[in-house]
Amino acid sequence: MLSDRYISVTRLTRYIKQLMESDGELQDVWLKGEISNFKRHSRGHLYMTIKDKTARIRAVMFAGNAKNLAFEPEDGMKVLVQGSISLYEPYGEYQIYIREMEQGGLGRLFLAFEALKKKLEALGMFDPSRKKPLPEVPYEIGIVTSPTGAVIRDLFTTIKRRFPAARLTVFPVLVQGADAAPSIAAAIRQANRMKDLNVLIVGRGGGSIEDLWAFNEEIVAEAIFQSRLPVISAVGHETDFTIADFVADRRAPTPTAAGEFVVPDRQELGRRIDNLSGRLEKSVEARLVRETDRLNQIMQAYAFKYPGQLILQKEQERDQMTEHLRKAMMRLLNGKGDQLVLADRLLSNNRPAAMLDRSRKLLQEHSRHLIQSFNRFLKEKNAGFERMVLQLNALSPLRIMARGYNLAYNQHEQLVKSVEEVSPGDPLTVQMHDGIIDCQIWGIEEAKESERSK
Amino acid sequence: MNEASETDKNAVPTFEEAMTKLEMIVRQLEENDVPLEKAIDLFQEGMSLSKLCHEKLEIVGKKMDQLIDSSGEARPFSVQGDDKE
Repeated sequence: MLSDRYISVTRLTRYIKQLMESDGELQDVWLKGEISNFKRHSRGHLYMTIKDKTARIRAVMFAGNAKNLAFEPEDGMKVLVQGSISLYEPYGEYQIYIREMEQGGLGRLFLAFEALKKKLEALGMFDPSRKKPLPEVPYEIGIVTSPTGAVIRDLFTTIKRRFPAARLTVFPVLVQGADAAPSIAAAIRQANRMKDLNVLIVGRGGGSIEDLWAFNEEIVAEAIFQSRLPVISAVGHETDFTIADFVADRRAPTPTAAGEFVVPDRQELGRRIDNLSGRLEKSVEARLVRETDRLNQIMQAYAFKYPGQLILQKEQERDQMTEHLRKAMMRLLNGKGDQLVLADRLLSNNRPAAMLDRSRKLLQEHSRHLIQSFNRFLKEKNAGFERMVLQLNALSPLRIMARGYNLAYNQHEQLVKSVEEVSPGDPLTVQMHDGIIDCQIWGIEEAKESERSK
Repeated sequence: MNEASETDKNAVPTFEEAMTKLEMIVRQLEENDVPLEKAIDLFQEGMSLSKLCHEKLEIVGKKMDQLIDSSGEARPFSVQGDDKE
């Protein structure tokens, strides 16, 4: 079927819509033109056509964006809008969805404003963490504005009414025209060189965007950003926003409002002080009352009130105590007497004389045992000795000599044990068991080998 | 360092410092654990601080409002009449 090659209107429309919505350029469109066919829907959405001489585009601004509009749009009005392009499917119509809309005719300034705002924001000059706190009670207030006109008058009136002690120092500047911005920037720097000042208000009255333009210049923004003093911007009316407002530490919607919050209300401060000193007095008073009560209470005590009674009572207590003491003493003494009797009995059982008797008997007994044992030991040793003497006697050489064996000695009284030790003619002494024979050798006969070995 | 802290001590406190101190003293007395003698000292200090604060609010016109032109010259200044911008 050929119809397979055909797509539905819906699909085509969706495709075109997707193309538009994925295009970065189309999603951030800055457009200028004239309003026609303006219509405010009851629910707050705005519908219109934006056109120029040769073309037109449908436009819608939803209520959420429209509620911030500073003016009432109408047919024929020149406007600057910023928004995105998309497609309204039911009609197949592309249109611009407006996010922001300004009254036109000032296209160049509006763009310059937006561009500078973006640039400074990117530099961190609007960063809330860079904002300096305002002093609570400033005595020295600098004001950078025109020395004549409503702004300076409103500021003076408001500040002097609330806090007369504040001294105002005015730095007169041009607030309009080509020289205004350098003049304002120079005054802000000059104020910062004065060491007494506590805070600075920079302002001018309301006007068109061209009138306020000096406060949208970069040199003014820079001077505010560099300011050592906290800066309050009070430029134009409530709905006018300038770059100075974004850079300042605090924005006041009107000069009077700046005067309201730059100084405290003296009367309110006075009430705060009174409240504090009231509390101070009250707390000390309460303390004194309390301490006095305490003292009275102590003085009211029984002892202070009836000292006589107290003594009588103490007398009685003393008697009772004495009685207690006496009884306790008696109890103690009795107890000790019993202990003495018992100890005496124990002591007599252990008299030294009795112990001596017992020891003496023991000594006698031990002595008898000792003597008996020693005698027995002596007898045994004697018997042993006699046996030994008998054995020794049996072995005596005299006994052998008694059986006829003799000993021969040479003239040197050396025992002669061999014939080879003597020669004929040598003297010889022979020892018998009962005496000695002196003799001389006549001859020597050696025994035969065979006989010797016998 | 020492000199600086001493001069700080002797200097008249600013309005904020006096207020803070006064608030501290009142709290201390209300919490009620100070010895009586100390309490009376604190009370006296508090009363003179309160007086000082009042004085600081009342000093008017001691210093004239001024205008400083671009060359740095100061001259007295006051707002007069209904000048239109």
